[in-house]
Amino acid sequence: MLPESLTKRFRREPKVRERWTREDVYRQIGIQIFLLIVLVVVAFPVVWILSMALDPRGLSKPEGLTLIPPGASLDSFRKVLFEPFQLLCTGQTDDTCMHFAGLLKNSLLVALGTAVFAVGFGASAAYAFSRFKFIGRQAGMMGFIVLLMMPSTGLLAPLFVLLSQIRIADEPLRSTLMGLAIAYAAGALPFAVWNLKGYFDTIPRDLEEAALVDGASTIKIFYRIILPLSAPAMAVTTLFSFMTGWTEFILAWVFLDNPQRFTLAMALRSMQGQFTTPWPEFAAMSILMSVPILFLFFALQRWIVSGLTVGSVKG
Amino acid sequence: MVAKAETATRIKRPSYWRRWWRNLKKSLGPWAYIAPAGLIMATISFFPQAFQVWLSFTDFKAKNLRFNLFDSGTWERFGPDIIGLDNYQRILQNDLNIATYDFLRTLGFNVTWTVVNVIFHVLFGLAIAMVLNSKHVLGRRFYRAIYVIPWALPAYISALTWANMFNPDFGAINQLFGLNIDWIKDASAPIGGILGWLPWAFYAVLVANTWLGWPFMMVVATGALQSIPTELYEAADIDGATGWQKFRHLTMPLIRPAMVPAIMLGTIWTFNQFNVIYFISRGGPVGKTEILVTQAFKLVFENQLYGVAAAFSIVVFFILLIITLMQNRLTRATESYDVA
Repeated sequence: MLPESLTKRFRREPKVRERWTREDVYRQIGIQIFLLIVLVVVAFPVVWILSMALDPRGLSKPEGLTLIPPGASLDSFRKVLFEPFQLLCTGQTDDTCMHFAGLLKNSLLVALGTAVFAVGFGASAAYAFSRFKFIGRQAGMMGFIVLLMMPSTGLLAPLFVLLSQIRIADEPLRSTLMGLAIAYAAGALPFAVWNLKGYFDTIPRDLEEAALVDGASTIKIFYRIILPLSAPAMAVTTLFSFMTGWTEFILAWVFLDNPQRFTLAMALRSMQGQFTTPWPEFAAMSILMSVPILFLFFALQRWIVSGLTVGSVKG
Repeated sequence: MVAKAETATRIKRPSYWRRWWRNLKKSLGPWAYIAPAGLIMATISFFPQAFQVWLSFTDFKAKNLRFNLFDSGTWERFGPDIIGLDNYQRILQNDLNIATYDFLRTLGFNVTWTVVNVIFHVLFGLAIAMVLNSKHVLGRRFYRAIYVIPWALPAYISALTWANMFNPDFGAINQLFGLNIDWIKDASAPIGGILGWLPWAFYAVLVANTWLGWPFMMVVATGALQSIPTELYEAADIDGATGWQKFRHLTMPLIRPAMVPAIMLGTIWTFNQFNVIYFISRGGPVGKTEILVTQAFKLVFENQLYGVAAAFSIVVFFILLIITLMQNRLTRATESYDVA
């Protein structure tokens, strides 16, 4: 039987039907008006980008504000999904250019790699910081928090030099998707350690002590007790690390030189021209890139709140 | 006698070094858990940082780019000159030959930008979380799901969307409100007086980043509000407390522990909010909305002043450190409250 503080986290609120008074109805109308106004403000940019994607005319000659533009079509989505990206080619012909599918595969590899490295290694470090007393504990934790504050844009040049030197299978680590995932994981690790440690701290020690008496090793306690009980925090940390790998493009742009390895975020960035941007295709691409993240967010929504706050509530 | 006493104590308590050694051996287990993460952080974060510190004392420029730390053959020919604290001096004295560069203005704007943003994020986030947390709300789950969209969208996609919406010719904002404002290039200030130094572009990036930032605060506040037992409010009602009193003496102290770390995280994120500034205003007009990270980025990629950029990044780091320590001190000083 789990202690009450733990079962509470996973329990849903029971639904209770009550009789509404006239006052309740008026209050409800006020609340709904307020929430609808917020809804319009939140949704407007999303609707704007949707209507941009559906607009076959481009935006060089705007004719006022129309949510569903005349002659709306899904043509820009078709173009983005199936036509080659003319800016990302290795040779002269179209079949050497990148397609959406290839970019998607690279993006998934980088994002999943980032999540695996950041959450796997982050959870292990957070466990040590949360459960053991040892020499250098304070210094180690300070190190992670200080690195969270460092602006990363300044690190590009030294990182480039360093990862060019490490060679795997006759290729510098810098120009591989693996190298990119490791670099992103380094960016995501401080938050992962900080958030997971906060959550681990709230798990009562009674469980581990019982397991210790039964002769379990610390490693076994870690992945049989701590990890399963930290599902919300693990989910949130995975989501955020995945998002880092999915959306980052500055580092990728500097590191990767083979277009065969380019990611969706880089393709989107390459559409942003100096003078002209093909807005319908740009909008379609943005939407296609956002949908998986939104889907993950909605799927994990119930856990996001507890995964982020339970650790900090206890302090 | 003295010698005998010494041996006696030695038997009772092992020497300092021996105890230290024993602790060190015990520390090996925990350090093994940290090793994978620590190794990555050491190579990807810490080592480049150290390299950056060295870089900041040199005049590293584009012509030094063939310098390779791991190839001593390049040291002689391409190595930069050590110039001591020169870079730091030039940064702080605006001696860089960049027309729009002004350190104190950038710092001042960055602090203003952060404070105004975080206040708005917390106010909107908390207010909307409280409304959504009231007793009966039809469609509560629906609203909560939709409201996290600004947070869930990749930040630079939102930033570019807002940049498009603030376009003076075809942007949604001007069309919707029938305005004719050149949001980004117009250097004049819409509000005079003490706010006279903030151009239209400031309000544009503020609107965009507020749209982007409040859902995080709402999510954290929702979690904190849900953990308050309703019995407390019922007890306050019986005692005849007003709405404000309940908020001031019940809600506020009880959501504080969750909100404080969120605000600290939000402050660091907003202080370093690269996407919104870089893609909407690009720091313009004439550098008036430049923040420190966008300036650092430009020093590397537009001006190719690597040594100066390294020194700049280190100055930014110390500023962030001071802000974090101050926040820590402030929150700790006001921490002691009694729930009962």
